[in-house]
Amino acid sequence: MPDQLTDAVIVGGNRIPFGKAGGAYAAASNQAMLTATLDGLVARFGLAGERLGEVAAGAVLKHARDFNLTREAVLGSALAATTPAYDLQQACGTGLETVLQVANKIRLGQVDSGVAGGVDSASDAPIAVGEGLRKALLGASRARTPMARAKALAAVRPGDLAPETPRNAEPRTGLSMGEHQALTAREWGITREAQDELAAASHHRLAAAWDSGFFDDLATGFLRLTRDEGLRPDTSVDKLAALSPVFGKGEGATMTAGNSTPLSDGAALLLLGSPQWAAEHRLPALARFVDAEVAAVDYVSGDEGLLMAPAYAVPRLLARQGLTLDDIDRFEIHEAFASTVLATMAAWESEEFCTGRLGLDGPLGTVDRTRLNVHGSSLAAGHPFAATGGRIVATLAKTLHDLGPGSRGLISICAAGGQGVVAILEGC
Amino acid sequence: MADLMQLLTTNPLAKQLGVPQATRLRRGRELPSGPVAVGAAGGGSTARRALELLGVPTREALVDRPETRVTETSDDGRTREVPEAYLGSIGALVVDATGATSIADLEVVRGLLRPAMKGLERSGRVVVLGVEPETAGAPTAVATQQALEGIVRSVGKELRGGATANLVRVDLLTGEPTSVPELASTLLFLLQGRSAYVSGQVLHVGHGSREPEVAEVLADRPFEGRVVVVTGAGRGIGAGIARTLARDGALVVAVDVPAGGQGLAEVANSIGGTALQLDITAPDAGARIAAHVAQRFGDMGRIHAIVHNAGITRDKLLANTDEERWGSVLEVNLAAQIRINQVLLDAELPGGLDEGGRIVGVASTSGIAGNRGQANYAASKAGVIGLVRAMGADPRLAARGITVNAVAPGFIETEMTGRMPVATREVARRINSLQQGGRPVDVAEAIGYLADPASSAVTGQVLRVCGQSQIGA
Repeated sequence: MPDQLTDAVIVGGNRIPFGKAGGAYAAASNQAMLTATLDGLVARFGLAGERLGEVAAGAVLKHARDFNLTREAVLGSALAATTPAYDLQQACGTGLETVLQVANKIRLGQVDSGVAGGVDSASDAPIAVGEGLRKALLGASRARTPMARAKALAAVRPGDLAPETPRNAEPRTGLSMGEHQALTAREWGITREAQDELAAASHHRLAAAWDSGFFDDLATGFLRLTRDEGLRPDTSVDKLAALSPVFGKGEGATMTAGNSTPLSDGAALLLLGSPQWAAEHRLPALARFVDAEVAAVDYVSGDEGLLMAPAYAVPRLLARQGLTLDDIDRFEIHEAFASTVLATMAAWESEEFCTGRLGLDGPLGTVDRTRLNVHGSSLAAGHPFAATGGRIVATLAKTLHDLGPGSRGLISICAAGGQGVVAILEGC
Repeated sequence: MADLMQLLTTNPLAKQLGVPQATRLRRGRELPSGPVAVGAAGGGSTARRALELLGVPTREALVDRPETRVTETSDDGRTREVPEAYLGSIGALVVDATGATSIADLEVVRGLLRPAMKGLERSGRVVVLGVEPETAGAPTAVATQQALEGIVRSVGKELRGGATANLVRVDLLTGEPTSVPELASTLLFLLQGRSAYVSGQVLHVGHGSREPEVAEVLADRPFEGRVVVVTGAGRGIGAGIARTLARDGALVVAVDVPAGGQGLAEVANSIGGTALQLDITAPDAGARIAAHVAQRFGDMGRIHAIVHNAGITRDKLLANTDEERWGSVLEVNLAAQIRINQVLLDAELPGGLDEGGRIVGVASTSGIAGNRGQANYAASKAGVIGLVRAMGADPRLAARGITVNAVAPGFIETEMTGRMPVATREVARRINSLQQGGRPVDVAEAIGYLADPASSAVTGQVLRVCGQSQIGA
C-alpha cells in the first residue's frame, strides 16, 4: 500500500438522454441501457478491448434475474471481459456512492481506473407475485409427491394472485416520498411560487445546455431519444402555476407534477482514474474527487424530514475540508422535488436549525442561487434513480473544468430511507 | 434483404429468361488470379516498369492482326476468322499508350484490346495508360490521346463478368514528369479488388513533392499508426470508410452528430477508434477535432487524413425549396468542410493536418449530373468537386505534400438506398456497366487509395465509384 494517497480524477462521463416512464425506453431493460451507456463511454475514450480496474454501478428497481447486472453489462460491452464489476445500491444515492467507492479505491492505489454510475427503469420495473402465491409456489417446489404438491398449491387464495408492483413508498411509514416531502415543505414554509420558479429555471437551463452543445461529449443518443424526454424548454412559471397539487392535502398543498421529478428511465456512467493512468492513456482530467460524506436521519419517528439528510452531510463535509458555502463555485443539489432543494437551503440559512441540529455557532450560510444547478437538474432531466449521481457528477466535472483549475463544486443528493450522499469536486 | 434484386439474381428461371445476372465482384487487396498481360502502343515502357516495381506477374499481350487470326468452323460447317485467343484467362490487360501519337497507334490499341475482350477472367481489368492530352503536342497527338478516353469508356460498357476498364493519364512530357513509384499506387488500386466498382474512369497522376518509397507502395496497412478523421462515421458509407481504413491500420477518429452517437459508438468500438460527437457545422468544429487529436495522440499527434463524408439530403423540387432546406444542405455538405479545412491546415495548430496529409471529400454522381428534387444537394456536391479542384491546384498545399481529392459515389447499397421505392432502386442498380449497386466498402477503398501515403502524386481528382453509371457519364 502506498504511503501517500494518489488523486482520483474524473476523466469524463456518458449518459443516455433520460426517458419518461412508459416513453421511448419503455421496452428497454436496465441491462440494455447500461450496456449502451458503457459502450458510449468506451467509444468516447477509445477504450475498446481495455481492462479497467473495475466497473461499479447499480439499479434501484431491479429484477431478480439482474443479480449481476453490472458484470453482465461489462460482458456485453466493448471493454475487456477481464474487467471486474459489481452492483451497489443506496437508493437515489447509488450513483454517487459508486463514485465514492471507485474514487476511494483509486486513491488507495487498489485500482488505477474505474467506471461508476447507475441505471434505472421505472417502465421495465419488476413485478413480483404476491406473498401467498410465492410461499405456495416455494412449498410446491419442495414437495416430493404429487399429492404434497397439490396440497401446497391448494393453499393459494384468489387474493394471492394479485401481483406486487414496486411502490414509491417508505416501508416503515407507508408514506410515499412525495407525501413525506410535502410535510417537510410545509414545515419549512416553502411556497408554491418558489418551487415553480426553481422548476422553470431547471428546464430553461437544461434546454440551454443541450442547445449549446454542452452535452456533446457527455451524452449519447439511445433508441430514438437525442434529448431528455421530459424536458420542456417552453415551460414557464405561469404554466407551472396552473397545475394542481398532487402531494400534501388541502389549502397548503404546493407540490405538483411540475415541481416534482417524474418517474424516468435512463443510465449514466463516469470514467475515473488516477492522474497517472489518465496521462498514460492520453485522457483528460475534468475534475479531482476531493471528499465525500454520507448522512442519515431518523425520519421514521418524525424527528426529521425524509429527504433532509444532505442538510446534515454538507456541513460535516465542509467542516472537514475547512470550507464554507462561500468557497463553493458551483452547487449541484439534486432536485428530487423543488421543495427539497429549497428546504435544504432554508435549513442552512436557519439559525435555529444550524445551532440546534448541527451544533454550529450560527447559520451555515446562503447558497448563491446563480451558482446553483446552472445546467438544470432532475426536474427537467428526469430522475432514473441510480443514474442521477452519474449525471450530476459528469455535469459538475465539466462545468468546473470550464471554470478552470481550482474551482470547487459541491454535490448533494438525497435518498430514500432518510439518507444523503454529498461530495466535493475540484476543477482540473 | 430478400428483395427483388435477390430474387432475380438467385432464381435459375430468371437467368433463362435473360435477366442480366450480377457478377460477384472481386474485392479487397486481392490481385487478379491470372497473369497481367502487357502491351504498348507507341513504345512506352512506364506501365511495364510500374508492374515490375509492384512485383505483379506479367506476360506479353497478344495482338490481333490479320496474320495471327485462326479459322474457326462452327457446327453447321460455316467458317470465320477469329483472333488468336489467350490460353486460359488473363487477369488483366495493361496497355501502355503513353507513346501513342498517331491514329495508327490507335490500331495497335485495338489489336491489344480485342483478344482481351473475351480472354479476361471474372472481375478482370483493363488499364490503359496515356498522357494528359493537352501536353501531347501536335494536334494529331492530342487527338490520339483524347481518343483513348472514348475507347476505354466504350470498353467498360462492353466488358462483362465484373471486369472494368479505366484510363490513367500521367505527366511524361512536362517539366515535372510522373515517376514510376508515383504511378504504382494507382496501378495497384486499379488491378486489385479494391477498385471493384470503379469503371470507365479517367485518373490523372501527376508529380508530388515527395516520391513514395517502394515499401510504402506495397504496404498492406498503409495507415499503420496514422490518424484518420472520418465525419459521418456512425452509419452507412461513413461506417464502411471507418472500418476499411482501420483494417488498413488507421487510428480512426469517428465523428458524427451527437444524435447518431449510438451507431458511432458501435463503429468506434468495433475498430478500436475513438468517437467524437460533434456537429460539423458548429463554428468550433475544426478546433474541436484538432483538440481531440492533440489530446489523444499527444502534442506531436497530427492528422494524416480527413475524410469529409458527413452529408444530409433535404429533397424537394426547387419550386418548393425554401432557404432552410437550401441552406442546411449547403451548410453541412459544403460550408462546414471548407471551415474545418481552413482550421486544420494551420501548420502550427496542435492536432492539425500533417505535412503530406490528405483531404478527401465525398461528392456524388448527383453533383455531376444533377437530380430532380435535389438542386440543393447537387449544388453542395458539385461544390465539393470545385473545392477539390481548386485546392488540388494550390501550389502552397502541393509544397506541403498535401493532396485534396474526392470520390463521387453512384448507387451504393445502404440503409438509406434500401428505403427507396423498389422500381426506382432497381433502375438505379441496373443502369451501370457492372449491373449492380456498389457497397460502402467500394467507396471506402477508393477513399483509402486517395488517402494512401503512396498516392502523393494524385491530387485535385474526383474519382467516380459508380460502376460506370450512365448518370452524368
